[in-house]
Amino acid sequence: MNEELRTPVAFTVMAILLAIVGFTQSWSVSLSVINLCIISSIMAIGVNLQWGYGGLFNAGVMGFTALGGLTAVLVSHDPIYEAWDKAGIGIVISAIIFVLTVTALLFVFRNIENKQIRNTLIILIIVFGLIGINNFYGPSIDIIESINPAKTGFLGGLGLPIIFSWLIAAVVAGLVAWVIGKITLRLRSDYLAIATLGISEIVIAVVKHEDWLSRGVKNVSGLDRPVPYEIELQQSEWFLNLVERINFSKLEAIQSLSSRQDLLNDLVIDSSGIFVKLCYAGLFFSVLLLIFYLSQLALNSPWGRMLRAIRDNEEAASAMGKNIFAQHLQIFIIGSAIIGIAGAMLTTLDGQFTPGSYRPLRFTFIIWLMVIIGGSGNNLGSIFGGFFIWFIWIEAEPLSIGFMNLLAGGLEYDNPLRMHLLGSAAHLRLFIMGLLLLLALRFMPKGVIPEKIQKK
Amino acid sequence: MENFEFINAIVLLSNFVIVPALSYGSQLALATLSLTIIYGVLRFSNFAQADWMSFGTMATILFTWLFQSIGITAGILPTALLALPFAIIVTALFCLLIDRSVYSFYRKQKSQPIVLMIVSVGVMFILQAVVRFIIGPNDRKFFDGEKYIVHALDFKNYFGLEEGLTIKSTQLITVIVALVAMISLFYFLQKTKLGKSMRAYSNNEDLALLSGINPEKIVIVTWIISSILITTAGVLYGLDKSFKPFTYFNLLLPMFAAAIVGGIGSPIGAVIGGYVIAFSEITLTYAYKKFFVYLLPENLEPSGLMQVLSTDYKFAISFIILVIVLIVRPTGIVRGKII
Repeated sequence: MNEELRTPVAFTVMAILLAIVGFTQSWSVSLSVINLCIISSIMAIGVNLQWGYGGLFNAGVMGFTALGGLTAVLVSHDPIYEAWDKAGIGIVISAIIFVLTVTALLFVFRNIENKQIRNTLIILIIVFGLIGINNFYGPSIDIIESINPAKTGFLGGLGLPIIFSWLIAAVVAGLVAWVIGKITLRLRSDYLAIATLGISEIVIAVVKHEDWLSRGVKNVSGLDRPVPYEIELQQSEWFLNLVERINFSKLEAIQSLSSRQDLLNDLVIDSSGIFVKLCYAGLFFSVLLLIFYLSQLALNSPWGRMLRAIRDNEEAASAMGKNIFAQHLQIFIIGSAIIGIAGAMLTTLDGQFTPGSYRPLRFTFIIWLMVIIGGSGNNLGSIFGGFFIWFIWIEAEPLSIGFMNLLAGGLEYDNPLRMHLLGSAAHLRLFIMGLLLLLALRFMPKGVIPEKIQKK
Repeated sequence: MENFEFINAIVLLSNFVIVPALSYGSQLALATLSLTIIYGVLRFSNFAQADWMSFGTMATILFTWLFQSIGITAGILPTALLALPFAIIVTALFCLLIDRSVYSFYRKQKSQPIVLMIVSVGVMFILQAVVRFIIGPNDRKFFDGEKYIVHALDFKNYFGLEEGLTIKSTQLITVIVALVAMISLFYFLQKTKLGKSMRAYSNNEDLALLSGINPEKIVIVTWIISSILITTAGVLYGLDKSFKPFTYFNLLLPMFAAAIVGGIGSPIGAVIGGYVIAFSEITLTYAYKKFFVYLLPENLEPSGLMQVLSTDYKFAISFIILVIVLIVRPTGIVRGKII
């Protein structure tokens, strides 16, 4: 197909698919899918910056998403003053010891030439650092976790509006990416993938098990919301009037006053849900537009051209005097910061933080699929990939069940084969994902909306 | 009974650290070997390897069920050992099928290793779906036969010690089978003509082709060896613990860590890496309190658990080691392929 036409056609098809869900299932479902699609697109743009512009394979997307989610909790949750009063000081002291230990380690590593002295010093610093941290850390977390464990049992957050956390999540994810990048970016590309995959598992392990920080697998729920609650809407005058005006003709058609009131009530309940989702969609969409705009600017700037030059030929770029490591570090930090923002948005949308739900398949490999199928190196492609793959991921389940029903059509209701087929329908979505990836890599390696090579 | 204290301490340590780490290490070493062989010959990090492990184990379980249903068992040994060769054949055939239909295309194009790695992610998805579709996502035990070689209670009574030592038969089987597999692999690679040509191909592809080595044959042999190793590793792990697709998928991370720690591309390194990771996972999360209670005089007894890291972080340890190795010695313990 003509390259110019691909973008509009791809997005039109996507819109039609979402509209079909709206008409056949419900608009509420369609909007939920759209909201997650937008978040996925933002993640995909983050990965696309790293892979499409920089050629870096970051398999730690899950870790940065979780960091974003954690930031959302730490920014928006009310502080638990009791915990801070009783044990906050211990945590602060152990944090200071930790920072001191790491600084000392770095200092020794860089400045002492003699290998024997260096290694002894390193071991001594680690042992003393661990002893020091354990002295303050263990007792403090015991105290913190014993304070009202059923409801809080952690230090809480800053009590700021959750929207702030989106910005702060970018900073947190960026900082962590800086540390990870310093360690891993000098390695060869597939080492980088393995290392980031591992580091993201470490992040998840910390979030899951450090209950004083994140409540661990007990989850944090009831987070602050940037949009109104449904119940508030249902009780406010202006919203009732709005619903009445929109559905004026439908209401007019009903004669009896009581059934008209019933219909109005139903409509108000339905529309309040849709209204809240629309609010989210609006917020998310503006973030997506902003990030898209900025990444396009970056892509077309001299900086973007330099990055692509490095990606396509490291040696040549290096010979031109470009510092490859520094550029890779930059793009790694920026991409991870964007993933962090998406992570915070996701937790905001869910209204809760559930460390147990972070799985590499859902948060790393699916995002990769979006970038590769959408078209690596093209931000529009990533947005399309985010929408398309998320849509398939969600709709694969009802489709698989339908498919299995078709397969098992001739069998009796309690036939064991039929039960097995229907029970396994959920796994078909993994198959579809794998097949899509393989087909795309084979027959459309540049993705649905390929990268535009500009020749000037 | 002063001198018994020391023996008690040693027995305690063997029971909870050395024996389990030895058997887990052997399983990990076999799995890592298969990963490293693929890496060395076909030149890509195979993300699907852990799912090949589930696939092979699943095939073994199905054959075990078949044998059990027609009344064939291996007596005191687990029936799975009888089923293993058949499962290896099935796994190898499926490996070759996937290679033909997926990987060979990219090999001909001389694609970059990173592309093959992304392709292996696609294969990973498909294998996960196949395994979950056929046998389901649940935990399964398929061990039968004699469970213990040494039982803690008998051991205590026999030697008159306070601590008992348990050796499960699966642990002994693991160590023996792993040793046999490793020795035959190294013999194959070092002494046979095919093994030598494989190493030559891995070392310098063009030179190997010039000297008349048939690349297709090498590729086929590589997949077969990889299936033998990975299926055996998976079955041993499953006999020792249990089979669950998600747990097996999680073994991918320790496998990669072991490969890199040992020196990626080097078979000896893979074995060393496997044991290093297994021993660190277990020694760093074991609570040494009781051990020191035996060894130290009463007034010096430790108050805490004497645990370096909580067991919650067992999973993360392989990666902490990986990160340290990447910083300190990125080529791994045995210098592997150039990075």
